[in-house]
Amino acid sequence: MPHLLSILIWLPIVAGLAVLALGERRIAAGRWLSLGASLVTLALTVPLWSAFDTGTAALQFVEKLAWIPRFQAYYALGVDGISLPLIVLTAFMTVPVVIAAWTVIVARPAQYYAAFLIMEGLMIGVFSASDALLFYFFWEAMLIPMFLIIGIWGGPRRVYATIKFFLYTFLGSVFMLAALIYMYVKAGDYSIASMQALPLTLVEQRWIFLAFLLAFAVKVPMFPVHTWLPDAHVEAPTGGSVILAAIMLKMGGYGFLRFSLPVTPDASRELDLLVIALSLVAVIYIGFVALVQQDMKKLIAYSSIAHMGFVTLGAFVIYEIVRSTGSSHGAGMGLDGAMVQMISHGLISGALFLCVGVLYDRVHSRLIADYGGVVNTMPVFATFMVLFALANTGLPGTSGFVGEFLVIIASFRASFWYAALAALTLILGACYTLWLVKRVVFGAVANPKVAALEDLNPRELVVLGALAVAVLAVGIWPAPLLKVMQPTIHHLLSQAIATKL
Amino acid sequence: MSLTSLAPAVAEIWMVFAICAVLLTDVFAGERRRGLTPTLTLLALALGAALTVQYGQVSGRMVLFDGMFVADELGWALKLAGFLIVAVALLYSRAYLENRAILRGEYYVLSLTALLGIFVLVSANSLLTLYLGVELLALSVYSMVAFDRESGVAAESAMKYFVLGAIASGALLYGMSLIYGLTGTLDLGEIAARLHGPASLGLILGLTFIVVAVAFKLGAVPFHMWLPDVYEGAPTSVTLFISTAPKIAYFALALRLLAYGLQGAVAEWSQMLGVLAVLTLVVGNVVAIVQTNLKRMLAYSAIANVGFIVLGFVAGTPEGYSAALYYTLVYVLVTLGSFGVILLAGRKGFEADRLDDYRGLYQRDPLLALAMMVLMFSTAGVPPFVGFWAKLRIFQVLWESGHLWLVVIAAAMSVVGAFYYLRVIKLMYFDPPAQALPPTVRAPAVRFALGLNALAVLVLGLLPGPLLDLCARLIH
Repeated sequence: MPHLLSILIWLPIVAGLAVLALGERRIAAGRWLSLGASLVTLALTVPLWSAFDTGTAALQFVEKLAWIPRFQAYYALGVDGISLPLIVLTAFMTVPVVIAAWTVIVARPAQYYAAFLIMEGLMIGVFSASDALLFYFFWEAMLIPMFLIIGIWGGPRRVYATIKFFLYTFLGSVFMLAALIYMYVKAGDYSIASMQALPLTLVEQRWIFLAFLLAFAVKVPMFPVHTWLPDAHVEAPTGGSVILAAIMLKMGGYGFLRFSLPVTPDASRELDLLVIALSLVAVIYIGFVALVQQDMKKLIAYSSIAHMGFVTLGAFVIYEIVRSTGSSHGAGMGLDGAMVQMISHGLISGALFLCVGVLYDRVHSRLIADYGGVVNTMPVFATFMVLFALANTGLPGTSGFVGEFLVIIASFRASFWYAALAALTLILGACYTLWLVKRVVFGAVANPKVAALEDLNPRELVVLGALAVAVLAVGIWPAPLLKVMQPTIHHLLSQAIATKL
Repeated sequence: MSLTSLAPAVAEIWMVFAICAVLLTDVFAGERRRGLTPTLTLLALALGAALTVQYGQVSGRMVLFDGMFVADELGWALKLAGFLIVAVALLYSRAYLENRAILRGEYYVLSLTALLGIFVLVSANSLLTLYLGVELLALSVYSMVAFDRESGVAAESAMKYFVLGAIASGALLYGMSLIYGLTGTLDLGEIAARLHGPASLGLILGLTFIVVAVAFKLGAVPFHMWLPDVYEGAPTSVTLFISTAPKIAYFALALRLLAYGLQGAVAEWSQMLGVLAVLTLVVGNVVAIVQTNLKRMLAYSAIANVGFIVLGFVAGTPEGYSAALYYTLVYVLVTLGSFGVILLAGRKGFEADRLDDYRGLYQRDPLLALAMMVLMFSTAGVPPFVGFWAKLRIFQVLWESGHLWLVVIAAAMSVVGAFYYLRVIKLMYFDPPAQALPPTVRAPAVRFALGLNALAVLVLGLLPGPLLDLCARLIH
């Protein structure tokens, strides 16, 4: 199918505008239109996946149109093994968000759906842009719907949270833009490929690397610029939290893989310990922080930061592997792990936020203390919640295991201590997640509100069921995912350890 | 001199006729037919634009009237932009003026004389013509600020504007006289030809006065003091006028005077402008945060945006000037819309100029809130809106000319700026309406124009290529 990527980007955006045009009064039609559009988008990723050639690292489904001839900027799209899984994840996660909002969102529902559909298109745009200016265009444009989602449908402190979210990300990206323009001035065009091929001195690389680091670290988010995330998650409506955790955080990881490693390989090698140290701090310190949370959403938000620490660890541990073993053998595993961890975390954190949403819709509280013994009244829900919680702790057989396991093995190759520290997450993750489950799901029925709970309705069942299938599928049989990524990861590794000097 | 050789000045000639015609019609139409003057003015502007398109276009560069007047593509395009901007500004203002019972013919006549001043300035090729344009524009604008004679605040700000403006004009004139003394000519081309080699002390002195005057006119820190008071004190329709059309003129002033006439001293003035730009960016953005009045906040935002325009000049290259031109045009487009929203949001006795008046605007008037949101995101520099490209272009020319620190400061300040633009959106969309406010103005034609204005901000943001190319071509 020609222009498949363009269709994936613009179909949801056009559908979103149509829902907006239908307005709040014809919201029944708007709902079905949103659902239809998100399902069609998801369906269109099937030909994308099946026609994808897993034998090459080159960009596929390439589209290129002149956009701003003056800047040599093109409307240029293409996918490789890194972006393809993330695009599928984006399309996949939007569907549950649309379904989950069905009866829950009563204020301005048309705008709610429109915001999510437009954001879906923009996010797919970020992952498929092969021109840095286009990438940045989508990257920043995406902030607008998210800003509105948190600000309009969020909780009591939504204004503080959404402005903090916007300004943090904006601050990070402005410096990335400055770096991109600098490289454009040197290279003469904005294509990501020519930036990757651009020779840069170590000093230039260092500054560019730091500019990228600021942008991506805010997005991932890494310690110490993570503080916007708990606020944003807690205040965002369920759908907002899901998209934030499942997709937007991945953009930071994607940025490291797409820009930092290939564009500034020498600076990455030089400063890898900085990133590794921050990742380990995220894994351990944030793990402890998650332990003491009283609010379910906040707990999952901190758990997200800890899990995303694995992504950055896996991406940058490759330099330590080369340093300690003298060869790049096995380094690809770190990158593989980072990618799988992103996909898996997208599914699991999204699912957990949906679970919290299910409880919140009934009890209107996110505090752990307001729950207890949910299993007695909601056995089906409890099954799902326990499954996702176990996946979050990295139980073998679930997707959470694969990514963490790959990253820990790779770290072990670099140094025993990295692996030992990273593996602490298995204990910490189990502590905070299982303790959460114990307090919320198990035990005696804590209060009349819990006693009055009703189990999942079919709509929620479909949503959580689909996610459960995905979590298990990636966990039991990750081979197709790894196979799609393989050539690209291989190519990326060779770019990342080559020197530009 | 034959009649056809006057063709490049058709816009100015037409304006003189139009001013007389509007003035006379207004006198004879009297009180009974109030609506005649606004309609006639818009008609005159449309016709003027048509005549300029038909006859005013020149290829290359033509000097007329013994070197006083230059006709080139830049001037031609800026005049067309002037027609359009003034027409839109007057269209937005009509309901406002009617509501406050200050819809009088003089308002329209003054707008037209201001526009004539802009045209003279845009096409000036001599120090004298430049000064003539500056004064014609300034005097018209001073009177417009004081137009609502019942309002004490307006009179006060007009007085401030006048006194400070007179000092700036004095500085300009003094600087020009020094330049004239050094070069012995008033012709900008001749001045450019005679200024070479290292700058003398006299030249630097003259240059300083000129830079001060230009900075005052643009509203660059530390010569910005008049701007917030005038923006806040003037009737909103006048604020709309002075924050848009004159910006184009003052861009032309800086371009013709500094970038063309004094190009030999580019190293000197670009350094001065660099200091001004940094101060302007910092003061404009930081002080805007604490404002509680929307007009005053937009005044500081205007100052901050002038900082970016000045940065384009700091680069000191044709690329830099074209970036400044692009920024100016984009800024004017967005500002037209933002003040248009303020005009529509208010009623007699309720000026809608405090930020708190915008609480929950979305619930009272979704269209107005949507337009304002688009405009605010655009000024903050967020894609997909056109303001992003304006900032990007400035960053680009700064990198090309090697101004690393200016890039960093400008980038940091655009984040600070984002905060107060977001606050407006927050008030409109996230807050409930505070108290019972009078309904917004339902003028369908104005609303339609405002919608088009916001749409243009989006479309030019999605496809910025043509306007960027045009700006580059106009500067060569």
